[in-house]
Amino acid sequence: MGAPIELAVLEEVASPASGPKGTKSLRARGSTLAPAEEQLRVLDALPLAKGDFDAALAACGWREFRPAPLEILQINVGRLCNMTCRHCHVDAGPDRIAENMDRETIDLCLAALDRTTAHTVDITGGAPELNPHFRYLVDQCVSRGKHVIDRCNLTILLVPRYADLPAWFAERGVEVVCSLPHCRKRNTDSQRGNGTFEKSIEALRRLNAAGYGHGDLRRRLTLMANPVGAFLAAPQAAMEREWKADLARNHGVTFDRLIALNNMPISRFLEWLLESGNLQEYMERLTNLFNPAAVAGLMCRNTLSVSWDGTLHDCDFNQMLDIPVATPAGGSAHIRDFDPLVLQVRRIQTRRHCFGCTAGAGSSCGGATA
Amino acid sequence: MPHYYDPAHLAKFGTIAEGNKELADKFFDWYGAVFKEGALSEREKALIALAVAHAVQCPYCIDAYSKTCLEKGADLDQMTEAVHVAAAIRGGASLVHGVQMLEHVQKAGM
Repeated sequence: MGAPIELAVLEEVASPASGPKGTKSLRARGSTLAPAEEQLRVLDALPLAKGDFDAALAACGWREFRPAPLEILQINVGRLCNMTCRHCHVDAGPDRIAENMDRETIDLCLAALDRTTAHTVDITGGAPELNPHFRYLVDQCVSRGKHVIDRCNLTILLVPRYADLPAWFAERGVEVVCSLPHCRKRNTDSQRGNGTFEKSIEALRRLNAAGYGHGDLRRRLTLMANPVGAFLAAPQAAMEREWKADLARNHGVTFDRLIALNNMPISRFLEWLLESGNLQEYMERLTNLFNPAAVAGLMCRNTLSVSWDGTLHDCDFNQMLDIPVATPAGGSAHIRDFDPLVLQVRRIQTRRHCFGCTAGAGSSCGGATA
Repeated sequence: MPHYYDPAHLAKFGTIAEGNKELADKFFDWYGAVFKEGALSEREKALIALAVAHAVQCPYCIDAYSKTCLEKGADLDQMTEAVHVAAAIRGGASLVHGVQMLEHVQKAGM
């Protein structure tokens, strides 16, 4: 059982006012796709001529897929969210009240952090700000001199309880990485729920007012874009130029950089691909566009991902598919048994969804990898 | 051939080289260079291509550049405006000939 969440917070996140809800979680709907093993089964059952990820790696010289030095500890503090976007790979939502990291596990993460070379702590969710220990975690990481990233859905910053966060982040030099699928209203609302775009713009204005998005490296405002549909992310550098011009002209909003991610064929995006009849073609596209140059920079090579219950994974996507890190002789993959030396020589676990990160310009939590 | 405009022909475009490889190579090299980022972005070029595809009413090009526009970051609003530009030029091209008609009438009529 995870950290208990205050009832008032639960009521707040469930309300439409706190954040748009484009759908309900697979879990809440009792969807057959909710269990990770069913998602993996659907992907494995597709007829794909080039669908063997390990063979694709081996063909470009990666016979043993192992990590580079650890740079980022990514902590997923829970699946609770004030939004339910249609493409969410976490299947997050206001109903995910059980899966939230408790204080003990957060302290285990900090103890593990102290034994690593990681310079960055990347905090994600759900809406990570909803975790009752979120501010404690941020403060502890900042006091250790780590670069801290908050992966923010923007709308949470308009909920009164969290409205002080832009200034609070600014004082601590936290980088805010904001989800915004598109710089225009139609696409953003269609993926994340009606009203998301306007709330997001208002949240960006508040971040700008707190000093974010003006070129100050200690107050870095990063937008994270992802395609609204069954196609790959647009070229990151060109998109950054165009969005900067568009958001400044139409909304008076500025930001520092843009990173572009492909959508992973898992969880709610997998459901949409299936229902819209796009799954086969999308997977063919991902496998056909496998880019060897995108492999070395994949996040699974420089990041460890911790789930709300303390299990370690190669990335947040593997985490959602219940694929923990490989340990020698079936040892523990829990953060309480954290051993940096053993983890450094592990084999990274791969399945077909990994083609999402190697297609085109490559895709990871830091954006394009090629 | 059961019908004109087989969607499978788009993926077979390269087979046009069978009759003359040298010319096909020149065309595809040039075509690739045209769509590279330059003074215009790839997104802007894709939107122009989409508009022209509607003007010349090429179903292959409409499929191809609807997809490319999305992949280069354009959205439905921008793509629809591009199609209206094509339609406006087509409509305007007809209508502006009306001045020729008008002058003919003015000269021949009383």
